[in-house]
Amino acid sequence: MRPNVMTSIGKALLGFFNSLKLTVALLILSILLIFAATLDQVHLGVWGVQEKYFRSFFIFTQIRGTGLSLPIFPGGYLLGALLLPNLLVAHFCRFRLSWRKSGIWMTHLGLILLLVGQGLSGILQRDNQMRIDVGQTRRYTESFRETELALIDVTDPDHDRVVAIPMARLEGKDPIRHAFLPFAIRPVAYYPNAQLRPRAQMPSPLPSLATAGLGPDVAVEPTPITYKADDTNFPTAYIEILGKDGSLGTFLVSTMIVERQVLTYEGRTWHMILRPERDYLPFSLTLLKFTHDIYPGTDIPKDFASTIRLRSDDARDDREIRIFMNNPLRYGGRAFYQAGYANNDRTSVLQVVSNPSWQVPYLSCALIALGLAVEFGIHLFGFFRRRPTGESSKLAASP
Amino acid sequence: MRKDFPLALSALALIWVGSTLLPQGSSGPVDLNGFGRLPALVDGRLKPLDTVARTGLLMLQGRQRVVAPGGHTVPPVAWLLDVFYRPALADSYPVFRIDHPDVLSLFGLGTGDAATGVRFSFVQLQPKLAELDRQADLATPVESAIRTPFQRAVIELRDHVAYYARLKYTLEPPEASDFLAELDDPARLAADRTSIESIRDFSLLRVVPPALSPGRPEQWQNVGHVLLGGPDAGTGAADPARRVRFFAGLGQAWRAQDSATFNSQLAGYQSDLAEHFGAVVRKCAWESYFNKAEPFTTSMVLYLLAFVLAAASWLRWPTELGRSAIRMMDIGFILATTGILARMWIENRPPVTNLYSSALFIGWGSVGLCLLLERINRNAVASAAGGLIGFCTLIIAHHLSLSGDTMEMMRAVLDSNFWLSTHVVTVTTGYAATFLAGFLAVIYILRGVLTRSLDRRTADSLARMVYGIVCFATFFSFVGTVLGGIWADQSWGRFWGWDPKENGALIIVLWNAAILHCRWAGLIRQRGLMAMAVCGNIVTSWSWFGTNMLGIGLHSYGFTDAAFYGLISFVATQILLIVLVLLPPARWRSSPAGPA
Repeated sequence: MRPNVMTSIGKALLGFFNSLKLTVALLILSILLIFAATLDQVHLGVWGVQEKYFRSFFIFTQIRGTGLSLPIFPGGYLLGALLLPNLLVAHFCRFRLSWRKSGIWMTHLGLILLLVGQGLSGILQRDNQMRIDVGQTRRYTESFRETELALIDVTDPDHDRVVAIPMARLEGKDPIRHAFLPFAIRPVAYYPNAQLRPRAQMPSPLPSLATAGLGPDVAVEPTPITYKADDTNFPTAYIEILGKDGSLGTFLVSTMIVERQVLTYEGRTWHMILRPERDYLPFSLTLLKFTHDIYPGTDIPKDFASTIRLRSDDARDDREIRIFMNNPLRYGGRAFYQAGYANNDRTSVLQVVSNPSWQVPYLSCALIALGLAVEFGIHLFGFFRRRPTGESSKLAASP
Repeated sequence: MRKDFPLALSALALIWVGSTLLPQGSSGPVDLNGFGRLPALVDGRLKPLDTVARTGLLMLQGRQRVVAPGGHTVPPVAWLLDVFYRPALADSYPVFRIDHPDVLSLFGLGTGDAATGVRFSFVQLQPKLAELDRQADLATPVESAIRTPFQRAVIELRDHVAYYARLKYTLEPPEASDFLAELDDPARLAADRTSIESIRDFSLLRVVPPALSPGRPEQWQNVGHVLLGGPDAGTGAADPARRVRFFAGLGQAWRAQDSATFNSQLAGYQSDLAEHFGAVVRKCAWESYFNKAEPFTTSMVLYLLAFVLAAASWLRWPTELGRSAIRMMDIGFILATTGILARMWIENRPPVTNLYSSALFIGWGSVGLCLLLERINRNAVASAAGGLIGFCTLIIAHHLSLSGDTMEMMRAVLDSNFWLSTHVVTVTTGYAATFLAGFLAVIYILRGVLTRSLDRRTADSLARMVYGIVCFATFFSFVGTVLGGIWADQSWGRFWGWDPKENGALIIVLWNAAILHCRWAGLIRQRGLMAMAVCGNIVTSWSWFGTNMLGIGLHSYGFTDAAFYGLISFVATQILLIVLVLLPPARWRSSPAGPA
């Protein structure tokens, strides 16, 4: 009997996903989701909204006073996950392949591709930035949001040895060990966002957890994570360095502390800093010139442009490139966009995106546009051909 | 007589349109038009002083006409001349509009203190300017999203007063009594250095062209630059100094109201300018003519007339009134097309560059589609819808023009004629089509529920039109949204960023797709289609305006935020219409369609 049960479940599922009513319901739910997310941007900012509404299966709300979270609305992933089989089933079970249906075919194939592509982008896309001064050469990009703890052995004057630990590891409790490190790192406390102030300025500061480095002089005030576009989070942590014979002290690390803290152990000097996560490139960029034009008599920006020299490690590329508004540099699987400027026009800020699936939307949208044009073109043609005969009571509907 | 009605009406309309397009002479002996055509570099664009005067007045007081305390009307350019040359007189003109009662009481003023209702003069404001400054300083640190209406009103008024004060420092120091003599007397000029420095640093207008023609726009200077030898004064400074003398001489003549001297000096200067800066002078002359012709106001009236005639044709004289409605739409449409083309030529831009021009274009696109539809189904329905949308969008455009010059420069990331002409135009066409489907549905509902004029034939033809337009709208809003995504990918590296405006466009696409799928699934018939199309009006108006309001804060709509209340009342009327369409067919006065 099992195969029969499976078949009937399969049939029921097929029937469920083959329904146009499901499509309509999903479309309307998507509209409501996007509308709510747009309004909520005022509170959460665009990044927070994406996490809460679109990169989630359910939207939760907290019941006041209980700390209980209840799912109240399907999230973007769930709607996408339902829409995709809905489209696939309709595509392969409902539409017969014929010239008359070719428009519908292309439209839905394009939509499937678009959904898959956006899902892939969500997983694969990395957004970094590169801040570069005129005359400077950079061979790495920095993450907007992720941070890392860098431990740099500077004993050798010729080269540094760097061990970078992702911030996520500091959120745990287990000591972190690495083959290159002669000591272990024990996370003591972690704050995703905090304000740091000199203890001397505080009226009655709490005792510091730090015993070494800059930490003992600094008061830490944990603050909620901010999602606002123009605010920055300052991740902060206390870490204890454990040598072979016990603790070497507890240090305070934070992205608010820009200078490196020094640690000497077994005759070697280590620098310690919490910094944006880096992505090293197989090539280097040198900023030769940055220009920032405004319209005369105003402060409305007219154009920003960075003239860059690109040199690849394999020495095959060594050329000058101009990156400006709407004209990114695509190289080495990454795209470099002119995002902004700082420091009185001496620093250019480039946004660096790597997204292996960046061409998918182009392809899918071309398919959909063509499909819609064909579909409605057929309607329009039929409409004009039928009109003079006076047949008017039936809608030119139902493809 | 009845047969000739369309022809006679068209002839009348054409005569009227012709009269608005005729170049008008100055109302007095002084050549105000000639002065209004002089170019100045303002906000990064070379524009005629006529535009400066009109947009300045619109911004300060919401209209172009100034009513002097004596009751006589002062034309915009004459007002600007007074601000430049007779500031004491200009200070007495009521050109500051104040609506907020608390701001009025700040100045100890009431609406009874204004001869013209809500407009006050600089003289009336002067005693309490320090207090205004203090209040605005208090309000400035508050994040713009959460400012109270009062805070926004004081900041706005201070900006207006500052704008007016800077306008006075343009051609000569406001306190100079005889600037022409002063120019010849180095000692007096040196004594007046502070004022001239104020002109150099604060003047909004750069009226002096570069020494060498044609020069770049940024080489235009203000009077202060020339006199003090600013950074750009460099080469051939003798020539710019001569132009400063010209403006001082013109001031002398204006103060004396010596029209003969004024006109002859102006004519000399104009021909000199035309010789060296011909292209700029021609463009400014055209723009000044365009300002006076006001083609959009004329077509607004014609669209309204078309709507009224089309609606009337359902009750009486269907052929004649219907034909007249089409003629009015035709004339209004041609006029609006010319206006949009003229703006494109003046700006060197595609048709849609900001919210104002999107309103013009949505109206234009809808009316264009309606003219097409009306030729397919001659039942005056599309004329009525087109007339109504054309009229409404031009009203909206008029209100949007109150915030200043409608031909502003494009920020760097938007400065791409290719994307402006593809993405923006396509997506705006999508908006226009969605509105059109919605307004056709409105006509279906009102005629069906309130009159007996909606017979089966008309109802079916309306349903066909709505369905076709929704298809059209789906296509254009989808392609437009996608092109926007591609533009975003080109400039920011992400195809989709969930920005409010992007979301708004996506919702329109999804809504149109939902309508089509409901129709195909058999979930809706005629009345359901109409209800959903009307809902499309809500969706589109939110995407067009609501998303922009989010930028200024979701919870900050005050008493003065007319746009927000406009949007809310529009949505309320649309909801009412949806309720009407859902009434059981027995309650309809016409019974065209049967079940929903």
